[in-house]
Amino acid sequence: MSGRVIIVGGGLAGLAATIKVAEAGVPVDLFSVVPVKRSHSVCAQGGINAAKNMKGEGDHPDIHVTDTLFGGEYLADQPLVRRMCDEAPNIIDLLDRMGVTFNRTPEGFLDFRRFGGTLHNRTAFAGATTGQQLMYALDEQVRRYEAASLVEKYEYWEFLSAVKDGEGRCRGIAAMNIWDREVKVFRANAVCICTGGPGMVFGKSTNSVINTGAAASRVWQQGVWYANGEFIQVHPTSIPGADKLRLISESVRGEGGRVWVPRNPADKRDPVEIPDSDRDYFLETKYPKYGNLVPRDVATREIFSVCVDENRGINGENMVYLDITPARSGKDGEVLERKLGGVFEIYRKFAGDDPIQRPMRIFPGMHYSMGGLWVSPVDGGGQVRQKTNVPGLFSAGEVEFQYLGANRLGANSLLSCIFGGFTAGPRMVEWIASHPEEADESVYSDELKRQNAENDKVLGMNSGGENAFALHRELGQAMTAQCTVVRRNEGLRQLMDKLGELEERWSDIDVNDASTPVNQSFAFTRALFDMIQLAKAMAKGALLRDECRGAHYKPDFDLEKPEKEQLGDHRMTDAYKGFVRELEAKHGVEYDAKFKEAPAGTAPAAPEFQEYMRNWVEQQKRWSKTTLATWKPNAEPDIEFRDVVMTCEPPKPRIYK
Amino acid sequence: MADKKVHLIVKRQEGPDSAPYWEEFEVPHTPGMNVISALMETRLNPVTRDGKRVRPVTWDSGCLEEVCGACSMLINGRPRQSCSALVDNLEQPIRLEPFSKFPVLRDLMVDRSPMFEALKRIKAWVPVDGTYAMGPAEKIDPAQQQEMYKYSECMTCGCCLEACPQYNDSSAFVGASAIGQAYLFNMNPTGKTLKDDRLDEMMGPGGVVDCGNAQNCVRVCPKGIPLTDAIAAIGGQVTLHAVKRLLRQ
Repeated sequence: MSGRVIIVGGGLAGLAATIKVAEAGVPVDLFSVVPVKRSHSVCAQGGINAAKNMKGEGDHPDIHVTDTLFGGEYLADQPLVRRMCDEAPNIIDLLDRMGVTFNRTPEGFLDFRRFGGTLHNRTAFAGATTGQQLMYALDEQVRRYEAASLVEKYEYWEFLSAVKDGEGRCRGIAAMNIWDREVKVFRANAVCICTGGPGMVFGKSTNSVINTGAAASRVWQQGVWYANGEFIQVHPTSIPGADKLRLISESVRGEGGRVWVPRNPADKRDPVEIPDSDRDYFLETKYPKYGNLVPRDVATREIFSVCVDENRGINGENMVYLDITPARSGKDGEVLERKLGGVFEIYRKFAGDDPIQRPMRIFPGMHYSMGGLWVSPVDGGGQVRQKTNVPGLFSAGEVEFQYLGANRLGANSLLSCIFGGFTAGPRMVEWIASHPEEADESVYSDELKRQNAENDKVLGMNSGGENAFALHRELGQAMTAQCTVVRRNEGLRQLMDKLGELEERWSDIDVNDASTPVNQSFAFTRALFDMIQLAKAMAKGALLRDECRGAHYKPDFDLEKPEKEQLGDHRMTDAYKGFVRELEAKHGVEYDAKFKEAPAGTAPAAPEFQEYMRNWVEQQKRWSKTTLATWKPNAEPDIEFRDVVMTCEPPKPRIYK
Repeated sequence: MADKKVHLIVKRQEGPDSAPYWEEFEVPHTPGMNVISALMETRLNPVTRDGKRVRPVTWDSGCLEEVCGACSMLINGRPRQSCSALVDNLEQPIRLEPFSKFPVLRDLMVDRSPMFEALKRIKAWVPVDGTYAMGPAEKIDPAQQQEMYKYSECMTCGCCLEACPQYNDSSAFVGASAIGQAYLFNMNPTGKTLKDDRLDEMMGPGGVVDCGNAQNCVRVCPKGIPLTDAIAAIGGQVTLHAVKRLLRQ
């Protein structure tokens, strides 16, 4: 077959896409700012979800779909989630065949553990370094294709822009070799952006320092829509550090870890000396059914509220205990070591204490972006497309927006990245078969000129008084303060102004290095501009979305919930019944009876709950929509809201008990 | 103490062909800080200890939690990851140098691409038929999984090569990390179908026979991978392989 594919980013999604394209016999140029084996996917610890029902719990992909949609508060495109969850068991088998060292049951089957937002043991894992193991398995397969000359790697190359022709179609990319700053343009019939999350926009996060979001921002500035940017997952458990926030995996809670603070905030005893009667296991008390395994957004807000609103953190600081010691988790130390060794190692090395001996001290940290580049929903034949609104430009992985909704359930990220990559690959192969024509040379030379001019401009920035790294800290602090756990319109308005100010001050940066080899100061300065742009998409979306949904929590617009005793079954309310009928008519479907009819004998809803459901339905009609941001030069982005495809099941109120 | 300082001595080099030189920095100390955060501080105000304004230091880094393998450097002479090197556990001044066994790109950043080439040479992969749904893989004994897991944590950081006396300009020795990977893939039920190819490589120049048994690799491996066990095991496999080949002739 003629034609070439370019894949930008060598994490799970990029590698998965590369494998599929190469397998079809189409050559791939794979670009990455780092050797692909060092991509951020290696940081994922806990595992990957697949409803294989290996523990006799009656698990099924249908339940995986419902958990994912419910956990993401119904912003995820439903047919896509359906496809992903159906495919998950096959993906696990394939990864196993590729040699991933998944943990085993005594008989030698794959072992599964429980993660947040589900009641099933659905998560396959390789110690506590699952992301690393999955990445390596895919990296090895790509190396195999590299040895067979089907894949050419461009490592230490930074993506600068898509090359677009006069009709707006993507014809290749411009990229820069970061060893010697040379910019080149590369031809391709299809390009896939798989560049991961934007953690650096928040200064410190659980992300790698390479996760600037610059590539996403660059194509956004070239016309790709950015969707659901305001949905930023703050992970409940991380170790605060001077350089970054280090993730402590949800699997710690999945294996029995318990979150608590001393009942008396002034209790200065060593935590192991504090008896259960003097501990407040606040998640277990408030959520008896899910306990410590409520979804991430819920756990994060509870921990944040205990520390910030109630001032009950350990020693008055913003920290709570996460207790996996055998005495409290009821698990054997050796077994824990085998399943969580990788997490313990991080805590031992960076916090200097042993989680088996003494509870960990943790606090929420910015972790994942549910939002990202817009990709189109399934086509008429039910195929997932992974295609952006720029023809010829595809996207997969954390950098796109579509599988997770308003909040991601643990261990769905590795799945959505691999599934997205595996899907994007064949779609690109189809695309190039029907789009084999070559673009005119001038399309490339024009883009090369444009990028060289941009580089010269940044390299020439040497008379101002700003330091790029200091400005980045300010960006991170402002975003973390106003655009993470709790959001208020006044703060978000100030944030938008602050971002405008940072953009102005950006021109005043002294790059302080005009030399050629590995000029990080220059490259970072360029990326910082793009980070500020992307921050605007996130902040503006948050500002306009006047509601609470998943990771987006705006207390001024929270629906008042009735007392616990007045809560009832939503299917017993008139408001909900009417809403479901409307949705069925709108989407031309008839939902399964279980979503509409409460079991016989269910108590009628209390008037307070009826009232709550009326308000809830109004909120859904107004806000269960995808946020679409369009970039504007020197201005705030334009935002519009679009309907979500809800052909599988109707939303239901997200109440975890 | 508010005015506690961290004193860094950094080996610098403008580019691949320039001569190295040293510069000293002093940055404020913060609790729990690592070498990377000390370096990050220098970028905020790149002025040396004697008041000279210089260009910011270049170094390689990624995850900062010791799983990506990027931020290797020599810290007080020892090859290790700079993210997990906590300042309070180091003697000051802290001396930072790039690895000596790889070409320097700039300052503390080196080119470790030979390590990835070595993985190609030893066919460090499982030759699956394809990526289509073909059912589950073979069951694996949990004990064997645990053995394999240790080696699959190798992040290609290069510490074992930097510490190895046999790994140098005048030798083709592939080094401990690649031998560990050969051992790992020879253990995999499907990976072992390429065992003969891997052992051919290991028998030849630069293979396992070049190991001088200094055992430095296992001492510096940040992941605690039992590399010398893999070297011994591959040594044994190579001997058997050689005998088999002789018999076949």
